[in-house]
Amino acid sequence: MKFSYLSLARQALGGHQGWPEQWRSPAPKSAYDAIIVGAGGHGLATAYYMAKEHGMRNIAVLEKGWLGGGNTGRNTTIIRSNYLWEPSEAIYGHAHKLWHGLSQELNYNVMFSPRGVMLIAHSHHDEQSFKRHIYANRLAGTQNEWLTPEQAKAFCPLLNIDPSMRYPIVGAALQRTGGTARHDAVAWGYARGASTLGVDIIENCEVKGIARDASGAVSGLETTRGPIATKRIGVVAAGNTSVVMAMAGVRMPLESFPLQALVSEPLKPIMPCVVMSNTIHAYMSQSDKGELVIGAGTDAYTSYSQTGGLHIATQTLEAICEMFPTVSRLRMLRNWGGIVDVTPDRSPIISKTPVPGLFVNCGWGTGGFKATPGSGHVFAHQVATGEPHPINAPFTLDRFRTGALINEAAAAAVAH
Amino acid sequence: MTGDNRVQSGGRIDRAKPIGFTFDGKKFTGFAGDTLASALLANGVHLMGRSFKYHRPRGLLTMGSEEPNALVGVGSQESRFTPNLRATQVELYEGLTAVSQNNWPSLSLDFQAVNGLFSSFIPAGFYYKTFMHPKGAWESLYEPLIRRAAGLGRAPKARDADHYANLYAHCDVAIVGAGPAGLAAALAAARGGARVMLFDEQAELGGSLLAESAARIDGKPAADWLAATLAELAAAPHVTLLPRTQIFGYYAQNFLAGLERVSDHLASPDPKLPRERLWRVRAKRVVLAAGAHERPLVFPDNDRPGIMLADAARGFLARYGVTPGARAVIATAHDSAYRAALELAQAGVAIALIADLRPNAEGEWPEAARKAGLRVETGAAIVGTRGHLRVSHALVAKRWADGSAGRGEAIACDLIAMSGGWTPSVHLFSQSRGKLAFDETLQAFVPDVSAQAERSAGACRGAFALSEALADGAAAGAAAVSAAAPAPVSVEGAPAAHGGFLGLSPPHGDPQKSKAFVDFQNDVTARDVTLATREGMRSIEHIKRYTTTGMATDQGKTSNMNALAIASQALGKTIPQVGLTTFRLPYTPVTFASIAGMSRRELFDPVRQTPLHAWAAENGATFEEAGLWKRASYFKRPGEDVKAAVARECLGTRERAGMMDASTLGKIEVVGPDAAEFLNRLYINAFAKLGVGRCRYGLMLNEAGYVMDDGVIARLAQDRFHVTTTSVGAAHVITLMEDFAQTEWPDLKVWFTSTTEQWATIAINGPRARQMLEPLVEGIDISAAAMPHLSMREGHICGVPTRLARVSFTGELGFEVNVPADYGRAIWEAIWAEGRKVDCVVYGLDVLLILRAEKGFIVVGQETDGTVTPDDLGLGKMIAQSKPDFVGKRSLAMPDLAREGRKQLVGLLPDDSQFKLDEGAQVVDAIAPAIGTSALGHVTSSYFSPTLGRTFAMALVAGGRSRIGGTAYVTTMQGTALVRIVEPIFYDKEGKRLDA
Ligand SMILES: Cc1cc2nc3c(=O)[nH]c(=O)nc-3n(C[C@H](O)[C@H](O)[C@H](O)COP(=O)(O)OP(=O)(O)OC[C@H]3O[C@@H](n4cnc5c(N)ncnc54)[C@H](O)[C@@H]3O)c2cc1C
Repeated sequence: MKFSYLSLARQALGGHQGWPEQWRSPAPKSAYDAIIVGAGGHGLATAYYMAKEHGMRNIAVLEKGWLGGGNTGRNTTIIRSNYLWEPSEAIYGHAHKLWHGLSQELNYNVMFSPRGVMLIAHSHHDEQSFKRHIYANRLAGTQNEWLTPEQAKAFCPLLNIDPSMRYPIVGAALQRTGGTARHDAVAWGYARGASTLGVDIIENCEVKGIARDASGAVSGLETTRGPIATKRIGVVAAGNTSVVMAMAGVRMPLESFPLQALVSEPLKPIMPCVVMSNTIHAYMSQSDKGELVIGAGTDAYTSYSQTGGLHIATQTLEAICEMFPTVSRLRMLRNWGGIVDVTPDRSPIISKTPVPGLFVNCGWGTGGFKATPGSGHVFAHQVATGEPHPINAPFTLDRFRTGALINEAAAAAVAH
Repeated sequence: MTGDNRVQSGGRIDRAKPIGFTFDGKKFTGFAGDTLASALLANGVHLMGRSFKYHRPRGLLTMGSEEPNALVGVGSQESRFTPNLRATQVELYEGLTAVSQNNWPSLSLDFQAVNGLFSSFIPAGFYYKTFMHPKGAWESLYEPLIRRAAGLGRAPKARDADHYANLYAHCDVAIVGAGPAGLAAALAAARGGARVMLFDEQAELGGSLLAESAARIDGKPAADWLAATLAELAAAPHVTLLPRTQIFGYYAQNFLAGLERVSDHLASPDPKLPRERLWRVRAKRVVLAAGAHERPLVFPDNDRPGIMLADAARGFLARYGVTPGARAVIATAHDSAYRAALELAQAGVAIALIADLRPNAEGEWPEAARKAGLRVETGAAIVGTRGHLRVSHALVAKRWADGSAGRGEAIACDLIAMSGGWTPSVHLFSQSRGKLAFDETLQAFVPDVSAQAERSAGACRGAFALSEALADGAAAGAAAVSAAAPAPVSVEGAPAAHGGFLGLSPPHGDPQKSKAFVDFQNDVTARDVTLATREGMRSIEHIKRYTTTGMATDQGKTSNMNALAIASQALGKTIPQVGLTTFRLPYTPVTFASIAGMSRRELFDPVRQTPLHAWAAENGATFEEAGLWKRASYFKRPGEDVKAAVARECLGTRERAGMMDASTLGKIEVVGPDAAEFLNRLYINAFAKLGVGRCRYGLMLNEAGYVMDDGVIARLAQDRFHVTTTSVGAAHVITLMEDFAQTEWPDLKVWFTSTTEQWATIAINGPRARQMLEPLVEGIDISAAAMPHLSMREGHICGVPTRLARVSFTGELGFEVNVPADYGRAIWEAIWAEGRKVDCVVYGLDVLLILRAEKGFIVVGQETDGTVTPDDLGLGKMIAQSKPDFVGKRSLAMPDLAREGRKQLVGLLPDDSQFKLDEGAQVVDAIAPAIGTSALGHVTSSYFSPTLGRTFAMALVAGGRSRIGGTAYVTTMQGTALVRIVEPIFYDKEGKRLDA
């Protein structure tokens, strides 16, 4: 059923008895043409575009828990595309284009809200790095601009630009077209879209093994709901990618870290945009419900535990209270973590693998939500055709052997 | 008014101490010991808030921290205003100013309550289905409207005037909850000699005993037993009692986080007191005695002011002497509400009816109620209520066998006290990663397998009766100190209470047509939950997210079990099959500032200052941030602008001499028989044959083959090196050294000591540098012949031991004087005195950056960004080809690092010699590059050179070295600028000045 005011009004008169389920809950078939492992946003988007643009209908998405319950349902939903390198600008830019219009495409309000994402510079080094981004972005046609501290304050009146700050604000880079979206709606919208096109989304179905034939190519999967045959597998398992890929004997250049976020109690609107500070590791926006949504840096050690330590939340809130002094009496309502998969160059891997029929989309680390539509779109091409889409061609697994890295940590992480 | 609804005696308030306060501007009086909630109730005020979505009028549901409805803003000054506080937790003090929230124009007349009329058009998840057209209307039109309507309280507008403290503590036994179970545990553990910490979120310790008027413990009235117990605990040497302290987080390795409210309840607190204290506690053993929460019954319009939980109604009477109504209907499925009915009746409240959902009610409490002449109807359901700002009628009907109910009979009342039974508080247990099990008899999740050194006791694991809780607590406390459980204390007058009901109360008619609230604050109704299941939400997490049930500021303490029951019924599954949502911390909301503590402004991060900082500050330095360091950028003289100061310092150094504080440079002492071999493996350069007394510039790569740090390394002895690093990289480099030494090459005998702070480092550069030093140095021949460029000597300067290096980062004759930090200022001043004789200048970091760039020296982090190889920088020749291995060597052989056309360091001279390029600007081929043009590279450094009288820059450009002599364009904010590509060296190409 198409979602609209009309359908809502009709259903209201009928006591909302007639709404169909948004996605089916089928039992797994014994074989599929292709299987996506992981029903996060990226996996669901992949399946949706495989069905929609590549006509593949006999496909399934397997999820060990509930769809959207991984990082997709745990992230702070910041969307921006002002990355440094051209391949990154291309993939995040591709996603950014798809965000505008995704609600209409899916007939599901994903609440994409381009309210502006502002990155705060605290030092001369930050300023150099941000201006470099701005120049690179302008050349690529990606919106990004430099603001003085006063302009930054005008854009976000809550921001402290007092020189008494430990790391006074020297300026900011603003992407006005950046913003946020509603994470659950993205997962649900893609799930509904894919399911309607015939994709089987199978929840509570954990992949336990990857079967291969005599030639070494994939032949199927062992799951907690029995074996399933397929010749094409796309692994999109975020923090668990290393574990799944090991089932096919592929070692991944990934480290998994807990990353935390927290929200305040709901408040009347005070925060008109997203503000991020990489230097002091904190960022904040306000959800439509009124909660301040706050994110942290990763824990210092690798782990698969979804609760991080209190010391990380502490550092984050220190930075938040320093940048936004008037929020300090507000209260933390919920705090949680997710496991993020981090590559050495902080760029994703969207690639074929040494195992024929096995493809992988991972390494989005702390910032892959923003890429969801673009990532799914190009990975669908990769899995469906076996060949990379031009946009994901640079994001190979092989680059860690050739050295052709796409180092997005570059301009930020190195010392004077 | 001191309250029409106050009984003459009883309760824990002090009737001799009236307290004045205001609510929404209206003046009221309560008593010492009241909460805002009890004081308002005493004054007949039931309407305290509005709900989130429909803006329905709401009163108190509970008496504790689980309160979903009565949220208020407190504080008369903006700098002390706090929104979203629960009136049930706000202790009354003289002058307290509270306001209601989320309503306009007023609490009793709220226009947004019209949302309720449209409620059938805005069911759970409606926003996912609408507001999509036209494209762009979401962010420009709908979202701003929704945002304005959403939110609860308003944030304060001023900087917080309070301060907050952080504390760390250790103990043998941490006990969470000071009700009967927690107190019994504390007694047992304390008697066993353990260090005990007992935490309770309430202002007084005692939990349910605070409202216990009938029972006798150990032969004494419960209140006396409580007083005696607290006295014994207070007197015990190793026991810490912490009321007003909520444990909100249970982390790994028995680490508990607690929030203590220190001064919010005081009218005029000592300004030295923090507002709150954050406790971080590591406990050997933890006893969770967190009690249980009463559940509402889910019937239509169960949310009107005057409808509250039965034990809250009883509690307001027992603890605060307040009668929450004059005529009550008791709606229950649990024996405990009969007790409430009895106590309310004794206090003069008319009990119109006890409507019990259960077909029979035969326990001791129902019998007692019947004996007291109260009207009891079993098999009776509430099928609706009436009233607007206060409940006026309960509609009571017969419950049929098919799960529905008949037409309701209206019974007039101003209070409905309801009880659906009790839910053990398993939040902390669940946070500790313990496994829960569903107890079919109790119809509740209870702790099953502990994941840490923890034990739950009392009601939080289903041991509800007073005698059970006391015995369970005592056993847990004894076990925590490995003692035998003490003999149980005697308990009289507290019969066990049984019963309970989960989910939607039997409805009359179509339940889809009514609003039976499950989650009060977020306005989630039973039909929202069933709608979610109809729409294919099968996981409880999906149902929670789709409807927002359990996501309000009470995090579902009163709603989760009912939502789960309704969902499981709709899905045709059992409750354990559907399962619980995760309990996310904190248990109840925690102030940001309490977690952040004192960390603000200069206390946010340590400030590192060099031993020469004060001198620089006294002499006009402007400082900038470099990691934790403050570094002097330049020294403006009166009347000078930045450009003039920089030019004076540059030219002074080039022409005569300049001094700079280089103390921030990282310094590491690398010592041991294998020190040379270690450095040989870590840096790309060869160190094995470096002579004693000689220095070498060292370049360090990461494992990916990219430049990571640099510095000058001096060999002081066969087994001892003085290694310098970049200022910001020092900590990272020594960590890396330790990492390699401990994990990769444990066979090497080598040790590292950070000596950055041991030495003050003074750089003296310029043609007259030697002249300045000569008179001061003892025991070192600093002549050109005896001390060539790149050497280090040990000796004395002004009688102080020094490590004197001949190095230069400016291209001029240069020395670096290292002296013990405490002598830094004295030696600086002595050299400065000599310097003035030769017209020396002091220069800052800005000047150094220009001088080094004129010479083409790189700065790691500026010319490099983690993607740059030594060869890219033109430093490929430094790689010691003879070495079998060094960090990064393997990667340098990777195809992409060895390919043609990589970006290489070049110099740029803008065609317009006075135009300064922006650092970070892109280098392109076209004068007007089209969008999407690939950049050739970017500008890494760009300055105006006073020496050259023109601007210049360095850049990384694809195939740069082969383009030298050609031209390119560099983007500017307006367009592009034409540049000549040159070698990256602009001054003294032959290096004559260096060797002077
Ligand atoms: C706290 C936090 C904040 C973040 N903030 C942002 C942000 O502001 N902006 C941004 O762009 N990004 C952000 N991110 C990153 C972002 O969330 C992720 O990059 C993105 O959501 C990844 O999507 P995904 O679909 O690949 O992964 P997921 O949503 O994690 O999906 C992977 C799925 O695979 C399933 N799975 C794993 N193993 C198996 C198996 N063996 N069998 C079957 N299924 C399996 C998992 O259960 C999971 O559902 C944040 C992440 C976190 C944790």
